[in-house]
Amino acid sequence: MAGKTLFDKVWEPHVVARLGGDTVLLHIDRHLMHDLGGPVGLAELKRRGHRVRNPELTFATPDHAVSSAPGRTEDTNPTGGRLLRGLRAGAAEAGIRLFDLGEPGQGIVHVIGPEQGISLPGLTIVCGDSHTCTHGGVGALAFGIGSSELLHVLATQTLVQRRPKRMRVCFEGRMQEGVLPKDLILHLIATHSAAGGVGHAVEYAGSAIEAMGIEGRMTVCNLSIEFGAKMGMVAPDEATFQFLADRPYAPKGRSWDLAVAHWRGLPSDADARFDHEITLDVSGLAPQVTWGTSPQDTIAVDGHVPDPAREGDPDRRKSIAQALDYMGLQPGQPIAGTQVDWVFIGSCTNSRLPDLRAAASVIKGRKVAEGVRAWVVPGSGQVKRDAEAEGLDQVFKAAGFEWREPGCSMCVAANGETVPPGKRSVSTSNRNFVGRQGPGARTHLASPAVAAAAALAGRIVDLRKF
Amino acid sequence: MEKFTRLTAIAAPLMRQNVDTDVIIRIERLIEADRARLGEHAFEAWRFLPDGKENPDFLLNQEPYRRAKILLNGVNFGCGSSREGAVWALMGLGIRCVIAPSFGEIFFNNCFQNGVLPVVLPASSVQALADEVAADPAGRLVTVDLEAQQVIAPSGKVYGFEIDPLRRTGLLEGLDEIGLTLRRETEIAAYQARDAKVRPWVYRT
Ligand code: SF4
Repeated sequence: MAGKTLFDKVWEPHVVARLGGDTVLLHIDRHLMHDLGGPVGLAELKRRGHRVRNPELTFATPDHAVSSAPGRTEDTNPTGGRLLRGLRAGAAEAGIRLFDLGEPGQGIVHVIGPEQGISLPGLTIVCGDSHTCTHGGVGALAFGIGSSELLHVLATQTLVQRRPKRMRVCFEGRMQEGVLPKDLILHLIATHSAAGGVGHAVEYAGSAIEAMGIEGRMTVCNLSIEFGAKMGMVAPDEATFQFLADRPYAPKGRSWDLAVAHWRGLPSDADARFDHEITLDVSGLAPQVTWGTSPQDTIAVDGHVPDPAREGDPDRRKSIAQALDYMGLQPGQPIAGTQVDWVFIGSCTNSRLPDLRAAASVIKGRKVAEGVRAWVVPGSGQVKRDAEAEGLDQVFKAAGFEWREPGCSMCVAANGETVPPGKRSVSTSNRNFVGRQGPGARTHLASPAVAAAAALAGRIVDLRKF
Repeated sequence: MEKFTRLTAIAAPLMRQNVDTDVIIRIERLIEADRARLGEHAFEAWRFLPDGKENPDFLLNQEPYRRAKILLNGVNFGCGSSREGAVWALMGLGIRCVIAPSFGEIFFNNCFQNGVLPVVLPASSVQALADEVAADPAGRLVTVDLEAQQVIAPSGKVYGFEIDPLRRTGLLEGLDEIGLTLRRETEIAAYQARDAKVRPWVYRT
């Protein structure tokens, strides 16, 4: 019999009941709630006469709708204030731990989970948000759910799920200077499409992943959903244990030792079989940037945007033309040199300490270009404190960046923070969809280093020659 | 939840790839607008011009597709955000069934929670359906029969489709999934008691 994959080793022990075929009732170990889905979900649960089955396994924080303005209050964005009060009331009534504004544990739900030690290897974790796959960076089986499924988890601490197929993506080789985890995952989506992972749980492996820090693994896992996969994960290793040790909600003492012993058994067996395998050599990879309105529209930062006239498939030709039109780009033009108006460094993809360090290291005493608005939005109160302790805030501020309060901010435009219509932004977030950063906004996804360089140059540049 | 059994309706060949849930419904609309009125904002970036008027070039603004109950699409329909409002917005437009070669997985699950049927057919079959429909949009209705697991083209050509048996029953009978799972409370409690012995750190006491 073939060995087991990491995915199998987490999925199987969580089966509460088999419901026929590949469908099971799956136990959920951690449920994270945010300010958009949380208040409505808790109110609706009550309306239907159910209770929160395991409030001690449920955590909440406001992130999507809160303002990130320096000195914000909960009502700086009034909608955010209304939602936060709903979340606060619902969480208090149910006995759910809420990380409120001002606490170090407040922040983007996918940043605070691992940072607080709430997200651990081998756990099943859900949240009413598609980027829950981020928590796969610590070896958890984590995925996004809709609002009906959210109610199901609140009421039963389980979910009805069909087992996905397994895929392994190996990133091999040493990344060049200036190339970051974001570049790897964008490159995967560019080469295997935004639908490449549909129906699969993806395990990321290979020498580049092994050498990567835990935050970088979270960045890679974060874009699993942009690859079409609901779940992405990396096998836990010594680096993972070191990252999690002594986090506030991580197990302590004997319980920690027991947990680590268990986690050491999770990595895929040497003879495990996957339904699909991809290997990418990343040693020659350049920094990446998107040109269109899907994350698969990715090219090297020294590359050229495609020309629809040279595309054989009529549907693809049409979609390239539509994307270029929306983005205000010419067929075949080099992407470098494209003028930018906004730069956003933040989001659950790239708002952790190593991301901010990478951006700050590009600045080296230079200034944000005239006419560019550049924001840094740390992913959590803890990231903000840690960055300030290192003086990163001073580096950003001196260069002309705004240093803001933790939240989703300009990633999602649910908090009044938007890129104006027709304006162009380089963003470290994960979605360049039509209207994602605001109606008519033109988004280029990139790494924190590429984004920082764009802010300084006022245009997209190849930071290796900058 | 509304049942889904058999539907004969106009099918709109939207046929776009990677249609994301952000473009189906903007996040602010989910915060501001009443769930029952989300249909007004569905596909707004495509449906309306910058001055707020309807974009006559957008398929769903054209007759007879304004009355479509079935959508035909390219790969990865409903990718992106987990927002269930995307399904509610489509329902607000009158859509009860989406046919595509593949779907965003969270959207796919959300459909079943709301009595909307997502049908996976090979790309060539979806294209053949779209071609038939486009040849005579008004007179050629598509039938989707969940009981028989078939899509029947206007020409009478039949395309069988696979569906998870549990999901199928749920839609046919309009079942409440939470109610069904709550009946398994003993099993859930037993699972947790067993698991807490193996993985005590999972359960915070
Ligand atoms: S940062 Fe953006 S992608 Fe991440 S949870 Fe917030 S809104 Fe979603």
